[in-house]
Amino acid sequence: MTTANQSANLGALERYRNNFLKEVEANVEEGHMVKMCMQCGVCAGSCPFGPHWEHSPQKIFMMIRAGKRDEVLGSDSMFMCTSCYNCMVRCPRELPITHIMHGLANYAHRLGIAPKGQPTREFATLFWNNAIKKGRVNELTLTLRHYFRGGLVSGIKEAMAMQSIGLGLFLAKRLNPMEIFGGHGVKDLKGFHAIIAKAKEIEDRKKGFTA
Amino acid sequence: MAKKEYAFYPGCSSQLKASASNYLVSTNSMCKSLDIKLTEIPDWNCCGASVGYCEGGELPRMAINARNFAQAETHLPGQDIVATCAACWLGARESKERLDGSAQLMKETNEALAAAGLHYSGGANVRHMVEVLIEDFGYDGLKAPMKKSLEGIKFAGYVGCQTNRPFGIDGESFENPLYLDKMVETLGGEALTKYEQKVTCCGGALAFSEPEKSQKQIRDIVESAYDHGAEMIVTPCPLCQANVEVYQSEINKKQGTKFNMPVLYYSQLMTIAYGGSAKDAGLNGQLIRAEKLEKIAGK
Amino acid sequence: MADNKFAAYICSGCGIGDAMKVPQLEAIAKKEGKMAIVKSHPFLCNAEGVQMIRDDIANEAVTHVCIGACSRRAKTEAFQFEGVAMSRANLREGVLWVVAAGKDHDEVRQEMAADYIRMGCAEVKKMTPPAGNTKESSSKRILVVGGGMSGMTAALEIAAAGYEAVLVEKTGALGGMAAQLWKRQPFKEPYAAAQETGVAEMAAKIAANPKIKLHLNTTIAETSGAPGRFAVKLAQESGAVSEETVGAIVQATGFTTYDMAKLPELGGGQPNVVDQAGLEALAMATKGGAIKRADGKEVKSVVFVQCAGQRDETGTHLSYCSGHCCGTSIKQATYFKDQNPEIDTVVMYQDLRVPGMGEDFYRSAQERGVIFTKGKASTVTGGDSCNVTFKDLILDEESTIATDLVVLATGQVPNAGVDLEAWNPVVTAAEGGNEEAKIQRDAMRTTSVLKLNYRQGPDVPQFKHGFADSHFICFPYETRRTGIYAAGPVRRPMDILQATDDATGAALKAIQAVENAAVGRAAHPRSGDLSFPTARLEGCTQCKRCTVECPFGAIDEDEKRFPVFNEERCRRCGTCMGACPVRVISFENYSCDTVGSQVKAVEVPDEDEEKPRILVLACENDAYPALDMAGMARINYSAFVRVIPVRCLGSVNTIWITDALNAGYDGVMMMGCKKGDEYQCHFVKGSELAHYRMSKIGDTLTQLGLEPERVQTQEVAITDNARVVKLINDYVAELEKLGPSPMKGFG
Ligand code: SF4
Ligand code: SF4
Ligand code: SF4
Ligand code: SF4
Ligand code: SF4
Ligand code: SF4
Repeated sequence: MTTANQSANLGALERYRNNFLKEVEANVEEGHMVKMCMQCGVCAGSCPFGPHWEHSPQKIFMMIRAGKRDEVLGSDSMFMCTSCYNCMVRCPRELPITHIMHGLANYAHRLGIAPKGQPTREFATLFWNNAIKKGRVNELTLTLRHYFRGGLVSGIKEAMAMQSIGLGLFLAKRLNPMEIFGGHGVKDLKGFHAIIAKAKEIEDRKKGFTA
Repeated sequence: MAKKEYAFYPGCSSQLKASASNYLVSTNSMCKSLDIKLTEIPDWNCCGASVGYCEGGELPRMAINARNFAQAETHLPGQDIVATCAACWLGARESKERLDGSAQLMKETNEALAAAGLHYSGGANVRHMVEVLIEDFGYDGLKAPMKKSLEGIKFAGYVGCQTNRPFGIDGESFENPLYLDKMVETLGGEALTKYEQKVTCCGGALAFSEPEKSQKQIRDIVESAYDHGAEMIVTPCPLCQANVEVYQSEINKKQGTKFNMPVLYYSQLMTIAYGGSAKDAGLNGQLIRAEKLEKIAGK
Repeated sequence: MADNKFAAYICSGCGIGDAMKVPQLEAIAKKEGKMAIVKSHPFLCNAEGVQMIRDDIANEAVTHVCIGACSRRAKTEAFQFEGVAMSRANLREGVLWVVAAGKDHDEVRQEMAADYIRMGCAEVKKMTPPAGNTKESSSKRILVVGGGMSGMTAALEIAAAGYEAVLVEKTGALGGMAAQLWKRQPFKEPYAAAQETGVAEMAAKIAANPKIKLHLNTTIAETSGAPGRFAVKLAQESGAVSEETVGAIVQATGFTTYDMAKLPELGGGQPNVVDQAGLEALAMATKGGAIKRADGKEVKSVVFVQCAGQRDETGTHLSYCSGHCCGTSIKQATYFKDQNPEIDTVVMYQDLRVPGMGEDFYRSAQERGVIFTKGKASTVTGGDSCNVTFKDLILDEESTIATDLVVLATGQVPNAGVDLEAWNPVVTAAEGGNEEAKIQRDAMRTTSVLKLNYRQGPDVPQFKHGFADSHFICFPYETRRTGIYAAGPVRRPMDILQATDDATGAALKAIQAVENAAVGRAAHPRSGDLSFPTARLEGCTQCKRCTVECPFGAIDEDEKRFPVFNEERCRRCGTCMGACPVRVISFENYSCDTVGSQVKAVEVPDEDEEKPRILVLACENDAYPALDMAGMARINYSAFVRVIPVRCLGSVNTIWITDALNAGYDGVMMMGCKKGDEYQCHFVKGSELAHYRMSKIGDTLTQLGLEPERVQTQEVAITDNARVVKLINDYVAELEKLGPSPMKGFG
């Protein structure tokens, strides 16, 4: 396997040309199960956020089989998944739908073609970075970062709108203002980061991403 | 010696002064009454939660979960790992099942763990606290330490998603799990078994990024509890608890509703029934106060 | 013949004695029923009770027995007396269990029981025990028409059961359609790969089997006779004619593929567009190698278009689903993928229908990477690169796929011979002397498969869409021509696995038929019945109604146009008896008299007693059991009805109705099985004919000065126990509103 040295996207594109299904099978978590979908639509009807998506899992899987690479990887639908697992437990073909949706989101995100500014994409990135920074999630900085992701002005607006909640949680001793300066964390942070770096390296190698 | 010992995986939200700290407080009280010894996994880390996939990808998520398993395996040998958070349990258990199912993934994961001098050999079961209660103690066992009955309070048992799917508790159905109702009844409360939003998604982590859409879900959940005559909602999941409790005021403001429904953890109910104080049960941590419970606690 | 001696036995068990005055019933049997011996017993069906009856038969020379106890459907084994005529008065299910309990109802309950005793005695007096008709020379050989998978299976099964089979195949080799296949769909675990057809092995087994006589290159020139004595003239291609005598026939003449040329919009007839049979030919040519098109180019991409010319709602093509073609396309897709996984293989379906274990095979094809696209093809163009334009039904958009080869999944068209509904008018015209019709008739006859010389036409009737007849709900394989069984795709679309099951079933049915014919027994649903219809020809007016209406084509005509009954073809439904305007047709134990005398035996109270009487004629197959079951469930119905079971509503002769109305009954209700396309009638057409006849009874009623509501016909299923009660009670209420019959007192 050669690794494309310019851009990861191009490399992936070259290798599989039109055969997007094969690309998904090779690079997306549980992607080998996409071909097993029998298009029954149970997932589409089971999704709590179904009405808000452009593409239900059923459609996404059909689009993959139809070779619609740009439409799939550019779709914001995967980011609408709340991980409720409703579709997954109901799918008669036992597709790990939730995982595939996550995998597609991750793949699109890594390739850099996922929709820009998609709120869940941004929040999820913040979340992961927050979690791995110290090994545990710092809810306050996570919250603040989320509100300020669009810049200072809109951030203040959003934060003001939600401030009663923050204040309530604070009064109920469930948000710690001191966390902004530190808070909980893993002691062996170095080891923790080393594990993640190594895991990422292996995964990137497997999937042909350049670091 | 304690009756039962477990390797405890509290998860981020249950830490002191985090959003589910009342969960932790009440869990500790409940465990004391049941003679359960929980030993925190030394230096545990975040599970990656349900939104970790986007940036984290597959192997890094497996690896950080495996780090916790490795810690438990080494320091608390032979003990099952118990999580209180639905997302932690799900993330951990799923990682474990995937690792157990694929020699390739296991190999790669251990390659990553080796970077910190750790190794995971596949031991340690991952279980949810509710599973432990129901499977290891049973409803009768849960009745044993009772000092007070929760009689006269109507509870809507809101199970939510991740303590239910995809693994399920005690082999119950995904569409209509009954364990919460049975727990409520065990404690003498009135379970509203016909409550039809018990497995509706609260929006999960998307409550943050997609507030409108999530709040529509939450509205359905609370409204139906009212429709069935509930006085409180009880749940096993910290994300559910937070979303359903926290956003009621927001929904009131936007939609003119008058929601004021306390949302409790099962562990809080048990603590009170086992004779604990409001503080033992973390009731002071409620945004919407559970006055009827406080009253029973004060008796 | 010895003198008749009549005896009645009344049971007081099961609570009958507590709720009814049995001595009074005995007195009625004696006085009104004119029974020579009348006895009661507290437990008639136990050994002692039965022995009592047996003793009387042996010692007192009793020839006719009326049993007043439970329903005729209960205790049939206990009450079985050879050579003795027997009637059953239904005191338990028909009275005790359905009339409301308590003193208030004692009177009507007793009256009802008394009437049933009267009816039972009247009936038995008109009965003769059926003598049966054993035939020494009856043939037990079985003719199998068609040497495809179904026919070969039937012949082998017949031989394996120890019977002789005569297998006729019109081509020069066995195997039919299956022989044209490279592989067949999997029929054994793990249902994941196409399997060998096994045609050659089966053909070899047939050749080696001494019990199977094979005629290749042979068609049927004429079939005459009846079960047990069919004479079949066989015409060899060479012109030679031979004759075989057989007892039953299995028709396994299979199907023809729908003509692709009728599908020009889907590329039918254009280069590199083939049907499934065409693809098999391409696969056969390379025997597992790379599949090449007709122009020799290796296929690198292929699209299967499902339901081509099938499930058509426009009325242009086949309206039905052939059932096998989804599985067949899956199989053919694996031909490509197994040879080279890189071949783009798309199956374009609207609904994928894979019965049986087909779901596993479907999954296995998905695992191989066959792409299944839910879409409806609108146009296909053939050529070096074919284009399939379709609507993607999931993504809701028009698309086009370019491909090397297109396979159309066309359907099965049955080879069922002549459509009798088209045949009959032509024959009538021809017999009327129309020359053109004569030519047309002769031309039609050449397309016949069986060339029956039956009065009713040369082939078995067709059910729907041109498929050979098969009882819609209860009895697969069973055609309306007794002793002739349809198996395989000629009776409904199916795949090989289903066809072999079908053939096995039909073979067993045929064996049953030859055994029945040899002893003069009826086939289902009156299996075992030894009675058969006879006509008193002195009275016959040659009206032909019996010939035409017999659902089973059992009646021929002689030169003088008198009916000739072929009892081996007869199912004993009595439809002919119901049809006959001069009432000359009867069975030994079932006739216009056995029922008519019951109708007349009932005591019809006077107008001022305010006790209406309603006659219920209930089909013994469904309606009567439903009434019994209402009894078992203790659902009450009006004590004003008197129920008489009939073999089929088709056997109801209008004389019974007029007799009843003349006698002052307030109404007559008939309960039969569902008729029409989704019929449940055990005799297929009986119920329909009865409804038809009753629709014409209006004139008679008007003549009598009666309202049309006084005769009602209802469709009832065996599960309708609660509904029959409602029907009865509603009808009684309706009649009470109408007031008493004006005929009362004139009877
Ligand atoms: S897991 Fe995701 S995709 Fe599946 S039903 Fe839930 S939200 Fe929808
Ligand atoms: S439920 Fe499963 S099989 Fe059905 S459409 Fe969704 S993914 Fe496909
Ligand atoms: S089953 Fe029939 S014969 Fe036997 S005791 Fe009951 S009513 Fe009499
Ligand atoms: S079996 Fe499939 S291809 Fe054939 S008619 Fe039925 S649905 Fe269409
Ligand atoms: S009884 Fe039925 S089958 Fe027999 S001849 Fe009469 S109508 Fe035909
Ligand atoms: S229906 Fe009666 S009268 Fe008419 S042909 Fe038949 S037997 Fe003769």
